[in-house]
Amino acid sequence: MNATKVETQELVVELDAVERPPEPARKNTWRRALKRDWRLYTFLIAPVIFLLIFRYLPMAGNVIAFRRFRPGSSIFGDEWVGLHYFEMFIGNEQFWNVFWNTAILGGLTLLICFPLPIVLALLLNELRSRRFKRVVQTISYLPHFLSIVIVAGIVFQLTSLDGTINQIVTAIGGDAIPFMQLPEWFRTIYVSSEVWQTVGWGTILYLAALTTIDGQLYEAARIDGANRWQQTWHITLPGIRPTMVVLLILNIGSFMAVGFEKVLLLQNPLIYSTGDVISTYLYRVGIQSAQFSYGTAIGLFEALIGLVLVLSANFVSRRLVGASLW
Amino acid sequence: MVTELSKTPDILAVHSGGAIKDSRSYRVFRVVNAVVLTGVCLVTLYPFVNLIAKSFSSEGQIAAGNVNLIPRGFNTTTFQAVLTDSMFWTNYKNTVVYTVVGTLIAMAITSTYAYAISRTQLKGRTFFIGIAVFTMFFNGGLIPNYILVANFLGWRNSMWAVVVPTALSIFNLLVMKSFFENFPTELEEAATIDGLTTYGVFGRIVLPLSKAVLATMTLFYAVGLWNSWFTAFLYLDDKSLFPVTVYLRNLIAAATGSQEITGGAGTDAVQIGANIQSVTMLLTVLPIICLYPFLQKYFVSGVMLGSVKG
Repeated sequence: MNATKVETQELVVELDAVERPPEPARKNTWRRALKRDWRLYTFLIAPVIFLLIFRYLPMAGNVIAFRRFRPGSSIFGDEWVGLHYFEMFIGNEQFWNVFWNTAILGGLTLLICFPLPIVLALLLNELRSRRFKRVVQTISYLPHFLSIVIVAGIVFQLTSLDGTINQIVTAIGGDAIPFMQLPEWFRTIYVSSEVWQTVGWGTILYLAALTTIDGQLYEAARIDGANRWQQTWHITLPGIRPTMVVLLILNIGSFMAVGFEKVLLLQNPLIYSTGDVISTYLYRVGIQSAQFSYGTAIGLFEALIGLVLVLSANFVSRRLVGASLW
Repeated sequence: MVTELSKTPDILAVHSGGAIKDSRSYRVFRVVNAVVLTGVCLVTLYPFVNLIAKSFSSEGQIAAGNVNLIPRGFNTTTFQAVLTDSMFWTNYKNTVVYTVVGTLIAMAITSTYAYAISRTQLKGRTFFIGIAVFTMFFNGGLIPNYILVANFLGWRNSMWAVVVPTALSIFNLLVMKSFFENFPTELEEAATIDGLTTYGVFGRIVLPLSKAVLATMTLFYAVGLWNSWFTAFLYLDDKSLFPVTVYLRNLIAAATGSQEITGGAGTDAVQIGANIQSVTMLLTVLPIICLYPFLQKYFVSGVMLGSVKG
């Protein structure tokens, strides 16, 4: 850090020696910066153009939520229609069905997939055999690297009529269940597959946080007569609390953005009553039925909810536990 | 600093090594813990084993619900059937091409961008960092992106629709930026004195010395592209342009008969056996499994790098 400062200063000094500008230095700084670092600025050309086209242009394109868009019109639509498209989905019963589906599915995922990595990390932390620990880690990280298409394929195979789960069901005397055609099973299946895919990988940050806890704290607690459980409760958990809070805030922020791709792969019309969420509904009406403006309005609404959720989670956690993202 | 580091393992060893003092209940816990964690491993692995078993089983045995851990009606004809399907190879080749091209584009943008914003003398540095970070919290959404790529840029049925729009991950950018920030400036200074320009410093000094972080980022992008299916599904109608993930998706959709086949996927509505699906899944995931030891190592270190700064 220091060295960098020194370097800049030296460069400035050199330039000063050469030019020694009589006019106010402020006027010249950009010009001077460009003159000195123009090669460095050429590094920025491609990335900035990329950001403008692929990130900021679509952001501005959200304006079609308030404008009529016809195929063939400009990407910003034709004419203003105000909140027409928002009124359309607010008054739509189907929208509220997918809205509540999203909230329930997101809530269940958060409730189950957030604490499980913490539990797994704590259990791993109690292992004495390093080799066993490494084996468990290696195996439990594996599903993270799979394509969602493969995860969906595995889900279909395990839940099919001749799949493993139905083999167990029939072995204990039940009738085979067509899981993927029954709305009441969708949430269970989705959350289970989410657990299978994410819990192992989710332990990484907790395991890292666990290694930073000062060992002397455990020493002191033992001298005070704390047993293992008390040590975990009073030292380990507070030690990983900042990590927990940050991950919780991030999870709450993506609460309504439940795994769009996975739901899209797993759902079918038979189970729309539980298995259809905002993002898949948006995809169907927006892209497949080409109601671009209507879809954009829904997307904007969804993004707004996400933003509000993450901001309020951040606010609450800063107030209550003094930890926050920013 | 060094003494602190060397002390820590000793303390940890005391913490976790006091075997004699363990209470009875803690010993019970340790046994239960080992059993639970073994269970976690078995549950995680089972679907893979089942997939392999099904790949080598006959369709009849699978349909009868006899295949779990070991193949029944062992055969390799399913593999032959999949491997002789020319569309499978075309799509597999597409995946390779998309992954390589996409990773190259992404690495070019990410590394130059990260290097520029890691230099403290860059005027407007905060602005250039800000415009990237802002896109993490707010983005265009599905439909404006779709209109941009399909209508405005006209990339329907074009490889560019798959490899370009996803080319910059802000997480990767920030990890790389923090790596370059910690780069010893003395080396760059020395190189500058020796007459190297910024390009020379970047190409001949910085990049060769950043192999670890470059490898990590390359793997991040490559695995993401290899596994991705939705952008291809969204923008491509031409079967011969599909990546293998979309091939697989259509296979599964046709087999389960539970999904409408959309986006002009046009897979014939024939009954596709679970064995065919299993083999295709296995072949799709094979490169990931082969590279897994590397992937795990680099991914873990990448996540750590990100979390330190984040």
